[in-house]
Amino acid sequence: MTSALGKDLLALEPLTPEQIRLILDTAEPFKEISERAIKKVPALRGKTIVNLFFESSTRTRISFEFAEKRLSADTVNVASVGSSVQKGETLVDTARNLEAMRIDMVVIRHGASGAARFLADRIESNVINAGDGTHEHPTQGLLDILTLRDHFGDLAGRRICIVGDVLHSRVARSNIWGLKKLGAEVAVCGPKSLLPWGIDEFGVKVFKRVEEAIEWAEALNVLRLQLERMQAGYIPSLREYNRVFGITHERLDRAPRDILILHPGPMNRGVEIDSDVADGPHSVILNQVTNGVAVRMAVLYLLAGGRPELAESAKASAPGAER
Amino acid sequence: MPNATTILDARAMGRTLRRMAEEIVELNEGTDHLIIVGIQRRGVQLADRIVKIIEERDGVDIPRGALDITLYRDDLQTVGPRPVVGPTDLTWNLEGKRVVIVDDVLYTGRTVRAALDELADFGRPSRIALAVLVDRGGRELPIRADIVGKTITVAPEDRVDVLVNELDGRDAVVVVRRDAAEATR
Repeated sequence: MTSALGKDLLALEPLTPEQIRLILDTAEPFKEISERAIKKVPALRGKTIVNLFFESSTRTRISFEFAEKRLSADTVNVASVGSSVQKGETLVDTARNLEAMRIDMVVIRHGASGAARFLADRIESNVINAGDGTHEHPTQGLLDILTLRDHFGDLAGRRICIVGDVLHSRVARSNIWGLKKLGAEVAVCGPKSLLPWGIDEFGVKVFKRVEEAIEWAEALNVLRLQLERMQAGYIPSLREYNRVFGITHERLDRAPRDILILHPGPMNRGVEIDSDVADGPHSVILNQVTNGVAVRMAVLYLLAGGRPELAESAKASAPGAER
Repeated sequence: MPNATTILDARAMGRTLRRMAEEIVELNEGTDHLIIVGIQRRGVQLADRIVKIIEERDGVDIPRGALDITLYRDDLQTVGPRPVVGPTDLTWNLEGKRVVIVDDVLYTGRTVRAALDELADFGRPSRIALAVLVDRGGRELPIRADIVGKTITVAPEDRVDVLVNELDGRDAVVVVRRDAAEATR
């Protein structure tokens, strides 16, 4: 049985705009569950989910775990450190062994682009990509889009600029695919060394100067500058980066309009974003975190059951639908 | 082609809801500690109507809520129409309250079972009652309604549609009978 999304959620690139909207619309009622005194519904009771994290993560792992627990699934966390992965077990052997213990879903984060797809092709369980190399981080893209939609409503024609290390960012790729499918105008801005070659083929605008991006955009998604990039020679120094590309209060004050500020976290305050911007009135950075749980609940719920054509017909919500 | 028979028109439905409102007040010996909760979708509109009737007649404010039971269903895994999850709105403390659940049609009883489970996660009311506009029989669980607008007997393949002005443009209760060819398919 395949769900409205198929067996897995590996990337936003292959999804249709309708599938993206279905996830976002399903996430809406899930927001309320986290506000209840008893933050739990039985929808995934009896499902077993393994969170397989080969790269460090706080926010994403905890967010997935909350989403799973609030849907009543049973969860197991496996980190590469302290597991048989350290003894040299291959990814597929790890997953097959887990599957032999009868699990239903795997949430995987891995340093290699394509790791989630590799796994999904080889096991029966549903696979959710929680970030693979520099490829995609679909649930982060979805929660960014949900946060933008909360603010703007329809995203068609809205101007959103992704600022910073686009080259290494799976978040940027998921954002670009998802936002464009919903009709938004997307731009990127960053030092040339941190923009991928051929970026214009994604159909995005490219700004070389952050001032131009601020002039144009209605929302900025500020990416984390991965500090290890400095050693690799992509940028001269952190101070230099902040001076030329940092999102500062002074720069935003010169904008022709209020600009919504997003950041996928963890932030380097004083590098890609200044504290007074991150904590300022137009920042929705903590809304993103709250929305992350709702979006992940929606994805888990949709992958767990249902068929696309039925989900569609249920959406029409004809009177006399099954009671 | 299925043919449809109207069993309640707009005026009859209005009368039935007024009688149900009266019975709800009577059952709870007044309106103290009363909370009326509609089940998504059309139970919510019916609950609104009933609340309005009681409020206008008795000059009181009745708290009301909405419940979406999709996530409490026992059939997520079975292949069938899976409704998109709707909003739940229950900001009231249910402790010691008298809750009346309002739904449009009572059939298998599974929706009510799910609603009872969900309400239990919101608190412990002193009593929960069930009011439905139409009881069509066909129960699969030991559940009954305290207050019924209209009881009808229809074949399992027939469909009972409650239409409300807010969503459907008119008020009515309609039985849609499938003809033999469609029923045996």
